[in-house]
Amino acid sequence: MKKSTLKANQSNFLQRIHIDAVLLLGLLTLMGVGMFVLYSASGQDFGQIKRQIARLGLALLVMLVMAQIPPMAYRRLSVYAYAAGLLMLLAVLLFGDMGKGAQRWLDLGVIRFQPSELMKLAVPMMVAWYISKFTLPPKTLPVFFGFVLVVAPTILIAKQPDLGTSLLIASSGIFAIFLAGMSWRLIGFVTLLGSAFLPILWFFLMKEYQKQRVLTFLNPESDPLGSGYHIIQSKIAIGSGGFEGKGWLQGTQSQLEFLPERHTDFIFSVFSEEFGFLGVLGLLAIYVFIIVRGLIIANRAQDAYSKLLAGSITLTFFVYVFVNMGMVSGLLPVVGVPLPLVSYGGTSMVTLMAGFGILMAIGTQKRFLSR
Amino acid sequence: MPRKRQTIRDHTAEANLFARRAMIAMLIVLLLISIVISNLYVLQIRQHEDYQTRSNGNRIKVLPIAPNRGLIYDRNGVLLAENRPVFSLELIPEQIDDLEGTITQLTELMGITEEEKENFFSNLRGQRRFKPVALRTQLTELEVARFSAHQHQFPGVGIEARLSRFYPYGDALTHVLGYVAKINKKDLQKIVEAGQEANYAATYDIGKLGIEKFHEEVLHGTVGYQQVEVNNQGRIIRTLNVDPPVPGRDIVLNIDIELQLAAQQALEGKRGTIVVTSPKTGGVLAMYSSPSYDPNLFVHGISRTNYSALLNSPDRPLINRATQGQYPPASTIKPHLAVLGLEQKVIDAKTTINDRGRYQLPNVDHVWRDWKKWGHGKVDVTKAIEVSCDTFYYDLAYQLGIDRISEAMSEFGFGDYTGIDLYEESDANMPSRGWKRARFNQPWYIGDTIPVGIGQSYWTATPIQLNQSINALINHGERFVPQILRGFMHDNGEISLEPLKTLRPIMVSEHKNWDLVLKAMYEVVNGKDGTARHAFSDTPYISAGKTGTAQLFTVGQDEEYEAEDVSERLRDNAMYVGFAPYSDPQVTVSLVVENAGGGSSNAAPIAREIMDFYFRHHEFPNRQAISATRSEGAE
Repeated sequence: MKKSTLKANQSNFLQRIHIDAVLLLGLLTLMGVGMFVLYSASGQDFGQIKRQIARLGLALLVMLVMAQIPPMAYRRLSVYAYAAGLLMLLAVLLFGDMGKGAQRWLDLGVIRFQPSELMKLAVPMMVAWYISKFTLPPKTLPVFFGFVLVVAPTILIAKQPDLGTSLLIASSGIFAIFLAGMSWRLIGFVTLLGSAFLPILWFFLMKEYQKQRVLTFLNPESDPLGSGYHIIQSKIAIGSGGFEGKGWLQGTQSQLEFLPERHTDFIFSVFSEEFGFLGVLGLLAIYVFIIVRGLIIANRAQDAYSKLLAGSITLTFFVYVFVNMGMVSGLLPVVGVPLPLVSYGGTSMVTLMAGFGILMAIGTQKRFLSR
Repeated sequence: MPRKRQTIRDHTAEANLFARRAMIAMLIVLLLISIVISNLYVLQIRQHEDYQTRSNGNRIKVLPIAPNRGLIYDRNGVLLAENRPVFSLELIPEQIDDLEGTITQLTELMGITEEEKENFFSNLRGQRRFKPVALRTQLTELEVARFSAHQHQFPGVGIEARLSRFYPYGDALTHVLGYVAKINKKDLQKIVEAGQEANYAATYDIGKLGIEKFHEEVLHGTVGYQQVEVNNQGRIIRTLNVDPPVPGRDIVLNIDIELQLAAQQALEGKRGTIVVTSPKTGGVLAMYSSPSYDPNLFVHGISRTNYSALLNSPDRPLINRATQGQYPPASTIKPHLAVLGLEQKVIDAKTTINDRGRYQLPNVDHVWRDWKKWGHGKVDVTKAIEVSCDTFYYDLAYQLGIDRISEAMSEFGFGDYTGIDLYEESDANMPSRGWKRARFNQPWYIGDTIPVGIGQSYWTATPIQLNQSINALINHGERFVPQILRGFMHDNGEISLEPLKTLRPIMVSEHKNWDLVLKAMYEVVNGKDGTARHAFSDTPYISAGKTGTAQLFTVGQDEEYEAEDVSERLRDNAMYVGFAPYSDPQVTVSLVVENAGGGSSNAAPIAREIMDFYFRHHEFPNRQAISATRSEGAE
């Protein structure tokens, strides 16, 4: 306890409002970098910057609120949140609003609501709640029912269709099961089962445009002006950035609008073009910093439920990063996953920050033990 | 779910299990991140140059800049073809809030027609909104002024200037200069075949006729380029680099515009052509074909009505009579045949015949008439040229035979292209046995040979061929290609001359034969019975020449030709070939006036007009001095 009183006071203040300072530092750094990239990617549009700041403010507020709720309360809420989410997903399928060719919205009169966003948190909560009831590592049956809990909402969301979100939700549940200690034999078996499911997915579940995306991913040059255009222009942007990048606001691919959706899903291409390989390494370092902090929080959590939930939220955050970077650089097919906390856009950012709020609640609210 | 038997949880073991799993997850995260990094390494470091090139390919567009077309001057530096700005009223849709309203206002101001509006809207479709679209082209100066005064009321509307060809002398030079007009599909095909696609990328017009077409390559110049940065819609953001075009070369013609205008005036209201060359170089000083038309009509696209009027006119203004008109040369080729007769020793200077106005072959009923019903009496070769005796040449042709005539006249250039720098040229026809067999599948009859002696029968020649052949006589067999191009004008006003183009000369054993024939042509103008004596009376210079009257209508054996009885289009063509001054020729004139009648009264006076005009503006040797030297030389 040789810290200065000022620092101690600050630390105490953050502690009192259940904020993890280290995690917050990582998140704010990322948001700051994101602002700079967005300013460039939006074509120096201050309007977009203002709206993004408003959204970030809202998201931070949500995080702060979520951080105040005790982990035990989340645990008790898990089943209800999951059940409500599942019902709303069904409702969306039956009477949801169409938006951009997909049925994702539920119009509750006053507000329009995306139940899939709720499920991004409800699924890991539910799985963590269910699995943590058993002694760990879980036996086969709990793992099986755990998977059932994951697959049901995943299919409902994939049918909207929203491939990106269903992928994120599926991984969040699976991470919880994996972290709980699911046996390696079972992991091998599930992987095999998953592979067998792929043809079914291709022939019966995927829509034509989704198949097209996968085909385009496999060979973007087959249709350079049509479906391959996005990915080709994105790779040109990234590749032409080189080691040092073209400089902030100097990216020709983005500034001259060759890059589509440059301020949303393809903002990483703008970043790579303007800041180069060096910048990308820096950006990845920030993400790794946040993920490591998230896993440390998870590891220090007191009970199994908190550990599983915190670990799942952290790893799902990484899935955003990996899928987004992978898809814009040609490693993965283009599924609509934003670059977390950098891409322009609201809903997913609020959900992400709500997740970090839960993470902070787990990291700062401990019952008996104290160091 | 069935409740399992609760075992006592080992919290430490569970915590360790989680820690292990979290560590594995972290390792997987790092593995996946390293995959992302290595992929980015490949893109950004290994394949950087490739993507850099493609990125530049996206943003950098190379736009061609059309070179300015070379100007055309006459031999004295008078501008004959220039580039003038033409103005068009252009609208940039993107910058106009209310397009309909703007056009309504413009209609009030400028009187835009419905047709112009229709064209505008059809051009607008499929066009980028930042690209200007023309509402009216070829604004008059008054319209430019009127719009300029109101320009501030029309944001997004402007006047655009483009250089366009203009021919200040209009129809006086059409057949020489030709004209340029918009490049069409056929032109484009030729450009592609010549591998000139890139060079014409920004060019709007191309030479369609005349000098403009023949010297297209030098007049056009070389395309320039500007490198511009564009966005994904092709809008130019900024110019990066400019490689200016090389303008076409300014050319100087042998044409003397004053003489050309005199030729035009001389043929006003007539159908015919005048060719004036310099015998010492073959340079074409004037070439006018009547009737003519305004080439400026074609530059901006001639209307269908105007074009069909030109195309269907019975006077055929579109053809260049000087190079494409195929006329029976008639008596104008008598000097050439005389040279051949002397050279072949079929006749000599003293050979005479007694002309009774009729010529008959032994055992043949057919009678060939002289133009003079009662004949010329006793004539030798010189007199036969002076008075244009037909009978003498019937007999000469008979004695030479078609083979010798055909071969020798081909040496003079008959039946072949002169090589003048115009694509619009005909080779006309020098008949021969082989030609008749191929053309009609008939043998050559002896009766076919007789009228060849007076330049009739199947023989046709273009006025430029005639002119070239007279120059060969003057130059004792040396031959030149008639050249319209004189040279190139440099920026400092100096002219570098094109080299003269010579052809295979005509070889003769005795040069005095040339002089004898030229002397005979002198007598045509200056002798007491010369056919051009009246036309050239009292000229301040001494000239020589030969008249011709080409029959287009075959008179029955026992009939007489009465001009009044045959329709106008079948009346004789009046012809004249001549040169002056006799001692030191500076100009050679050949001319045809269609259906005008006899050459001595209808063509020779026009030739005189031209020569008079020429020598009013040029120095020539003293008449008396020449007269003395010539008569000495001839005796």
